[in-house]
Amino acid sequence: MINSLFEPPRLSLRAIAVWRRNFLVWRKLAIPSVLGNLADPMIYLFGLGYGLGSLLPQVGGVSYIVFLASGTVCASTMNAASFEALYSAFSRMHVQKTWEAILNAPVALDDVLAGEWLWAAAKSTLSGLAILIVITALGFVASPLALWAIPVIFLTGLTFAAMGLIVTALAPSYDFFMYYFTLLMTPMTLLSGVFFPLEQLPPAFQGLAAALPLAHSVRLVRPLLMGEWPAQALTHIAALLAIGLVAYWIALVLTRRRLLK
Amino acid sequence: MPQNQPRTPVRESAAEVGVPVPTVGVGVLTVEGLRKSYAGREVVAGVSFSLARGECYGLLGPNGAGKTTALRCCLGLTTPDAGDIRMVGEPVPQRAREARMKVGVVPQFDNLDPDFTVAENLRVFGRYFGLADAETRRRIPHLLDFAGLAGKEEARLQTLSGGMKRRLTLARALVNDPDLLLLDEPTTGLDPQARHLIWERLKQLLQQGKTILLTTHFMDEAERLCHRLAILDEGHIVAQGAPRELIANRIEPQVIEVYGEDAPGWAQTAAPAYAQRVEISGETAFCYVDDGQVIPLLAQLADLPQLRTLHRPANLEDVFLKLTGRELRD
Repeated sequence: MINSLFEPPRLSLRAIAVWRRNFLVWRKLAIPSVLGNLADPMIYLFGLGYGLGSLLPQVGGVSYIVFLASGTVCASTMNAASFEALYSAFSRMHVQKTWEAILNAPVALDDVLAGEWLWAAAKSTLSGLAILIVITALGFVASPLALWAIPVIFLTGLTFAAMGLIVTALAPSYDFFMYYFTLLMTPMTLLSGVFFPLEQLPPAFQGLAAALPLAHSVRLVRPLLMGEWPAQALTHIAALLAIGLVAYWIALVLTRRRLLK
Repeated sequence: MPQNQPRTPVRESAAEVGVPVPTVGVGVLTVEGLRKSYAGREVVAGVSFSLARGECYGLLGPNGAGKTTALRCCLGLTTPDAGDIRMVGEPVPQRAREARMKVGVVPQFDNLDPDFTVAENLRVFGRYFGLADAETRRRIPHLLDFAGLAGKEEARLQTLSGGMKRRLTLARALVNDPDLLLLDEPTTGLDPQARHLIWERLKQLLQQGKTILLTTHFMDEAERLCHRLAILDEGHIVAQGAPRELIANRIEPQVIEVYGEDAPGWAQTAAPAYAQRVEISGETAFCYVDDGQVIPLLAQLADLPQLRTLHRPANLEDVFLKLTGRELRD
């Protein structure tokens, strides 16, 4: 039992059973799911990378497609985590009543949410990883330092999954998610250095843009794929972690308020 | 009101089909002074009841009477404003999770996993109880056999009928071999064949010594299955006891239903002289009478051929309607 909606998360190993439930569903549709998650970003990468890139000089010291490839890894991870934490988690919570069934077993709501959180992060890691593998095969990755991008991808997934779970906890229906994507995700994708360096923004915007979670992720992943250690790596990791943990706690409080009435 | 059909006067209650009447002793579930308000409205207003091992106990009430809220409190999914709950020996909500280890739940609305086969539904649910897959696999044939789903392990959920899904939900509730089952309207929406099969299975479970808390709208279901029941209205228990006892003590023993255009008029003028109580609902008059009043009333009605009549013994539905009224509750 929880004594207050605001108490910190209570973790138990039952969260793994929730994670495994989602994994089993995913496994049945794994190949279409991975291909689906790969197709959209790759179309953008090739379309913009080669099309627009042929008009451009080097960006950030590399060809435009190489510059864009590292941003795409981060943006795709963000999208995959957000979709899972919004649409899929909402289906399980509100439409299919999967959570309700689980809560009748000896599993607490805190476990359900932790399982969902870790699952969305894991699934988005697969998306980011799939793109990383493809762009490595295409020769857009400079050094084995890129392996360090994998934990960053996971961390990015955790952060955006937690943010998505806040929206899910508040959503009356699927339509609500449109606001989140239109008002937050799309501007964030455009302002975080995925498509162009942040330095191109008006100075007044640069500070704001640099604080966006996706910008921290790009600042970590791009140098790693180019074979350099990121500058201020700890700051960016700490920022992603802090946003993710605070967002998760807010999501947990809101979900408890919604379901444990 | 589906009262035009004669009812079978003799019913099999759980006690009569060989399920031993449980002895009062250690309560498998004890609820004392339970209260819960939402937005200033008291949905559960001081409810107390106790289930002995092997007992089937019914919670009956119109929509909004507080049945589902009471169940949620028992499961520890919502914290009561006041009251004490002990379930399978554990205090709830303090140790609700531990208590749920020994409890199975059949929810009001189907929440099986549509992405899984029948066997996967059970295996995944077993994991929520910490059961190893090998252990659940061992239990599955027996559970499916019990649920009348033998050989359906690999069936996809979409291929199951409503009755089969309901039985699978019952099998899922048994995956942890619970001591106590909480059933929230387990046969709503099922056809008679499917309902009877569920009832048979529930009686078997009682014979195995399981304890059942059942909420239902169906009076015949409650009369057949429940050793004891409580009728809830607006958060209060308005009557509690064995179905037979309630019928014997709470209502006149005989009912004569009178139908026809003239029935309401007749009920207002002539009927009160012959009946203890008369209720009018549309073009039907329900005359509640003592045994000795049956013959004079029927004789009176024989002179009024425009009125159709049905004579039957009083049943639980009559008790329920007397105590909770005939107005709609939605």
